[in-house]
Amino acid sequence: MSATRNSEADGNMKESSMHFKKALSAAPALSLKIIAECPVTKARACDLTLPHCTVSTPVFMPVGTQGTLKGITVDQLEGLGCQICLGNTYHLGMRPGTELIEKANGLHGFMNWKRNLLTDSGGFQMVSLVELSEVTEEGVKFKSPYDGKEILLSPEKSISIQNSLGSDIMMQLDDVVSSTVKGPRVEEAMHRSIRWLDRCIAANKHPDKQNLFAIIQGGLNAELRKACLDEMIQRDVPGFAIGGLSGGEEKDDFWRMVTLSTDYLPREKPRYLMGVGYAVDLVVCVALGCDMFDCVFPTRTARFGSALVPWGSLQVKQKQYAKDFQPIDPDCQCPTCKRHSRAYLHALFKSDTAAMHHITIHNIAYQLTLMRSVRQSIVEGRFPEFIQTFMKRMFPSRDQYPSWAVDALASVNVTLE
Amino acid sequence: MAGSRMKLDLSRVVQGRGRLGLLKEVGRMGQHSVDIPGCLLYTHLGSVPHLTQDTLHTISCLPAVTHVTLSNMAEHQEVLEEFKGGLKKFAGLHDTVLYCSLHDPAAHCPTGHTTNKTVSVWGSGGRIELTAAKFMALQKTVQPDWYQSMADGETWQTGTSRKRVRKSVDRTLAHLDECLTVHQKSQDLEGVDIFGVVEGGDILEERVRSARETAKRPVAGFCLDGFQTGAMDQALRSQLITAVTQELPEDKPRLLQGVGRPDEVLECVEAGIDLFEGFFPFQATERGCALCFSFDITPNPERAAPDEEPHTAGGTQLNGDVNCDDQTHMTRFEMNLKDKRYQDDFRPLVEGCGCYCCRNHQRAYVHHLLMTNELLAGVLLMIHNTCHYHSFFRAIREALANDKMDLLRRSVLWNGKE
Repeated sequence: MSATRNSEADGNMKESSMHFKKALSAAPALSLKIIAECPVTKARACDLTLPHCTVSTPVFMPVGTQGTLKGITVDQLEGLGCQICLGNTYHLGMRPGTELIEKANGLHGFMNWKRNLLTDSGGFQMVSLVELSEVTEEGVKFKSPYDGKEILLSPEKSISIQNSLGSDIMMQLDDVVSSTVKGPRVEEAMHRSIRWLDRCIAANKHPDKQNLFAIIQGGLNAELRKACLDEMIQRDVPGFAIGGLSGGEEKDDFWRMVTLSTDYLPREKPRYLMGVGYAVDLVVCVALGCDMFDCVFPTRTARFGSALVPWGSLQVKQKQYAKDFQPIDPDCQCPTCKRHSRAYLHALFKSDTAAMHHITIHNIAYQLTLMRSVRQSIVEGRFPEFIQTFMKRMFPSRDQYPSWAVDALASVNVTLE
Repeated sequence: MAGSRMKLDLSRVVQGRGRLGLLKEVGRMGQHSVDIPGCLLYTHLGSVPHLTQDTLHTISCLPAVTHVTLSNMAEHQEVLEEFKGGLKKFAGLHDTVLYCSLHDPAAHCPTGHTTNKTVSVWGSGGRIELTAAKFMALQKTVQPDWYQSMADGETWQTGTSRKRVRKSVDRTLAHLDECLTVHQKSQDLEGVDIFGVVEGGDILEERVRSARETAKRPVAGFCLDGFQTGAMDQALRSQLITAVTQELPEDKPRLLQGVGRPDEVLECVEAGIDLFEGFFPFQATERGCALCFSFDITPNPERAAPDEEPHTAGGTQLNGDVNCDDQTHMTRFEMNLKDKRYQDDFRPLVEGCGCYCCRNHQRAYVHHLLMTNELLAGVLLMIHNTCHYHSFFRAIREALANDKMDLLRRSVLWNGKE
């Protein structure tokens, strides 16, 4: 298991000067072309050209944790119009391990995915495996859940694994602190994330093929966020992520941190808001100026029978759908809605896992269609109207609009009717 | 007379028994035909396990007949009644023949719940007891093109008494008469075919009596029940099937229930069977295995050899032998992709296989999906196994047509060489 090897230290010294030269001469591995900007909000529609294909933003990126999107073939995913999806560095580094994935020509070859991949740093597992981990300047130490061995995930190690995976976008290792934590630990994590960014940049063996994104930290503290932004935008990275949010904090704090970040981030680089995937959050955060999103929610919830619809969600396993012979969403054009009824899916859930796949397909289609409609409306200069229509459909009445969304949209000049 | 719309054209009978032909005018509208020997498409409620219509239709050699079971459907009777359009429409199936059997050949059916008037099926919510009246009411809501008559098949366990076997033959005939009475009066079932069920356990006289009596009824064909893997050894099975098929009219199809292993399929084809249930690929999928047996009948016998010896791994027992009624064990016709040896094996599951899985993925990837319990493992294995198995049936027909059954048997059994 390559994640247990700690051999990069010896190889790094002699290689680093060479990489420095390569980094100077390498053409950037992405280009961002702004197609349209909303004249009212901070929303924008871009063409983000990555090594494997061009991605239309704003974009939702489905999560394929272990080199597969739960039960869906790569052809199906491509058929839904997905241009980029995620793999998880922590999981893939454990199983099957980088050595094997390298032999298979990277994660693209291993899973036979022809379009773009984004990998995380593995650092998020620090939050979820916090009891197993210890964070030092060197990196994160944790015990392997598979064999109990102590593993050090350093910035260099994270990048080395991601270089092996061959993702189009790599994420820096950041010092993740739960967004509900306050005090000096947040500041420490922010400064450390900046230092780790420099180590990640130096460790990237393929800057010409793999884009390294910085992750803005600073918790829910505006001063710390600003300080982090000041430092990070001085680095020549191809893109930025807004991190440390979407972890149980108040939505009022969440959107303020998002909008503060997009205010400072350079216009010509992509902005990725990590871990966000609820429809309302997507629409609001596009208005706040974010381009890219990911979340396990749409695919995870699908396996529990929850189908996403313009008016919220529909729990297919509930008895009320046993005799409901309409499709999940009569207006949806996905393969599931074109063929199957709520009643059939309800019955199939009792007999076969294919029921989950039907809902997964539908939910990915829902997310991707939503983002395509958002983009279209930005291009056509009617994004503010789109937001109004979207919110009316999502909530039965105006007084049910979440106040944070109302405030966030008001901050970008959209007053909900 | 209701039923018996389908017509069987035999083009060849090999050694007086193995039959090659075409079952014509199948389906309510009579628009389908089925090559025999043939195999049905195994499903759960009309869906091939793990597959959506998109993944299913990556397979080019799909059979014309979709197989559903009352054990899956009985609990949805009320829903189907309200839906009115029948299971085919309910399940989003187009352009297929729907065949409805009583039990699921891949699911264990507890014994001890059969009475003179009822049989029981087991769905997700537990046992449902069916009288002939309820059985027929279900058929009217399912609206298959073709179904199996109600039967008492609880005689497959070794040591079943002669008395019990005789009772099961009598009951099954009585059920058939009751089903036929309802069937013939029902407008809903007009144009639908009904198959009578031949019982008789392992007792020759009872088998012959059951076949002879069933053949007197106006049925479109015959289901041979109680021969499933584990019930008896192949020699006895072949002997009984031969005796049964001698009693059955030549021009009506015979469907064998519960037999799916390639070697057993070949034996049973040669004993006069026309149709099989396609549950075997599903069972292999569920144990993380890929079918890899060869069915190459090109003249050069060297080429019939598979690219590697199949094997057993991880302490798995071979299930090549008699009276092993545990169908969860791997057979010699498949490879266990969970085995560590495939961890860094970048070949397709089967070299030269044209299925979606083999064209796009490698053993190492499927191994990884199995080790991480990913749902895609079942999807990819089911695609490959379904494709492989139905291609095997095409090879059987070719072998029958070209007098190459011996060659085919050698090719298939090569895998068993130890």
